[in-house]
Amino acid sequence: MVKIEAIIQPFKLEEVKEALKGIGIDGMTVTEVRGHGRQKGHKEMYRGREYNVDLLPKIKIEMVVPSSRQEEVIRTLSAAAKTGKIGDGKIFVYEVVEAIRIRNDERGETAL
Amino acid sequence: MSYRIVALLALCASTLLSQQTPSGTEAELNALRAAVKASQSAGDNAWMLMSSALVLLMTGPGLALFYSGLVRKKNVLGTMMQSFVMMAVITLVWFVCGYSLAFGEGSRFLGGLQYLFLNGVGAEPNADYAGTIPHQTFMVYQLMFAIITPALIAGAFAERVRFGAMILFCTLWTFIVYFPAAHMVWGKGGLLNAFQNGPIPVFDFAGGTVVHITSGFSALVCAIYLGKRKGYPVEPMKPHSLVLSFIGACLLWVGWFGFNAGSALAASGLATSAFVTTHFASAAGAVSWMLAERFRTGKASALGAISGSVAGLATVTQGAGFVAPYAGVVIGFIAGIVCFYMVTVAKNKLGYDDSLDAFGVHGVGGLMGCTLTGIFATRTVNDALKNAAGEPLALGWVDGNTTQILNQLAGAGIGIALAVVGTLVCLKLTELVTPIRMEVREETEGMDLTLHGEEGYNFEA
Repeated sequence: MVKIEAIIQPFKLEEVKEALKGIGIDGMTVTEVRGHGRQKGHKEMYRGREYNVDLLPKIKIEMVVPSSRQEEVIRTLSAAAKTGKIGDGKIFVYEVVEAIRIRNDERGETAL
Repeated sequence: MSYRIVALLALCASTLLSQQTPSGTEAELNALRAAVKASQSAGDNAWMLMSSALVLLMTGPGLALFYSGLVRKKNVLGTMMQSFVMMAVITLVWFVCGYSLAFGEGSRFLGGLQYLFLNGVGAEPNADYAGTIPHQTFMVYQLMFAIITPALIAGAFAERVRFGAMILFCTLWTFIVYFPAAHMVWGKGGLLNAFQNGPIPVFDFAGGTVVHITSGFSALVCAIYLGKRKGYPVEPMKPHSLVLSFIGACLLWVGWFGFNAGSALAASGLATSAFVTTHFASAAGAVSWMLAERFRTGKASALGAISGSVAGLATVTQGAGFVAPYAGVVIGFIAGIVCFYMVTVAKNKLGYDDSLDAFGVHGVGGLMGCTLTGIFATRTVNDALKNAAGEPLALGWVDGNTTQILNQLAGAGIGIALAVVGTLVCLKLTELVTPIRMEVREETEGMDLTLHGEEGYNFEA
């Protein structure tokens, strides 16, 4: 099993969700986060006071999938989240040691 | 219109009656006079009650929203409360002795005590102030001004002052600064009252001096005396919701019609003129602030547009019922540019933390408005001031009265001196009773939690 963690543009969330649903991935956890990579922030001005906003709002999607589906999920997610402009985000992949469904103690991929 | 119709009906009725009983002419004439008087009073009173409500609307929710949107979200309720609590506390003070001290007959500087607990303030008009509306209407209208004035100061010490101390300070302030200022400019026998033989006649239609100069300069004293917010200007302190400020500013614009046009104290042509002039100044202020911003920073902002309209309104207040609508445009335009410069450039250079720009907008706007009234005031708009022969007197520079501007400046000077000294006295007196500033820990946590035990936004609830 792998955990796929993607940081994407907030306005891309619906598109990504639909695309993942399209290949049969239903489970995910979504968090509103703030951050930046190479993308620099922007300037705001309130009554002459300037604020550099470098932490921008982003959406973090986390999901755990069978290792066999890793590449398929990455391709789908990346395609749906892409605009081609700076700030599109990143995808990280982690090994997952175990998964347990709390309701009935199922383990492994059946728990996903 | 309606009182004219009633008068006409009364006239018809009396004509019919007189055909039947020609002997009762005198009685009928008296009845007719009474009917005309009653119907005019009805029209004026309706407008003045409406205006009173409009001026209250300026404090809550107008000013409460305008200010609370500009602070950080941990202080949203605390900031709203600073406005709202004035609506409650000053009302009681006004009832007990405030009205009497401001508008009772007393010295040149302060009213007497004959209206203590509103004794004798009833339905009968007070001809010294407004001969066609109940004295009680005049009283409650003036109360709304006494409420918003200290509430304006709160913009200077936003986000760092304890609740009880703020109430105590503002209450003392109304006694030491507001009541004397109102009495001097508007009260019977007042030092600056142009319409009741004051030795220094100042034209202040709706409170440019009484409200905006006093609150604005007091705000500056508070900002300097109490010091900056913790972290200012290094930490970011962005307005948490310009949407709230936007709604608040629009309500201020609307409420200001009650403030300025209502100051005609009658549903008259003068009220209409003040209404139009006020509206024009607000529009011009918004446009000129946006232009100044566009040229200086490249973008016209929403906060700039609403700040400009408030600056225009504050600045035109003094002259609203003395200057023609074209002058409203000029005054508003100047206000937008000068206040823009004050809050964006001058304030940052001088380094004081007038958090919500109470001084930059109201103090500076009020002072400019006071001066400009000396230039633009004209008898073609306001002919209330007459010579012995009953001809209207020249008012400002445009009428050829070049010295009025000196009177205006003298009035402003007295207002500023009273505000600065009075505020220092109030701050010292308050400190004898309770510390004014919040502790550092409280300031970090925010007013809402530490002062009121609540939060403005409970999205998880």
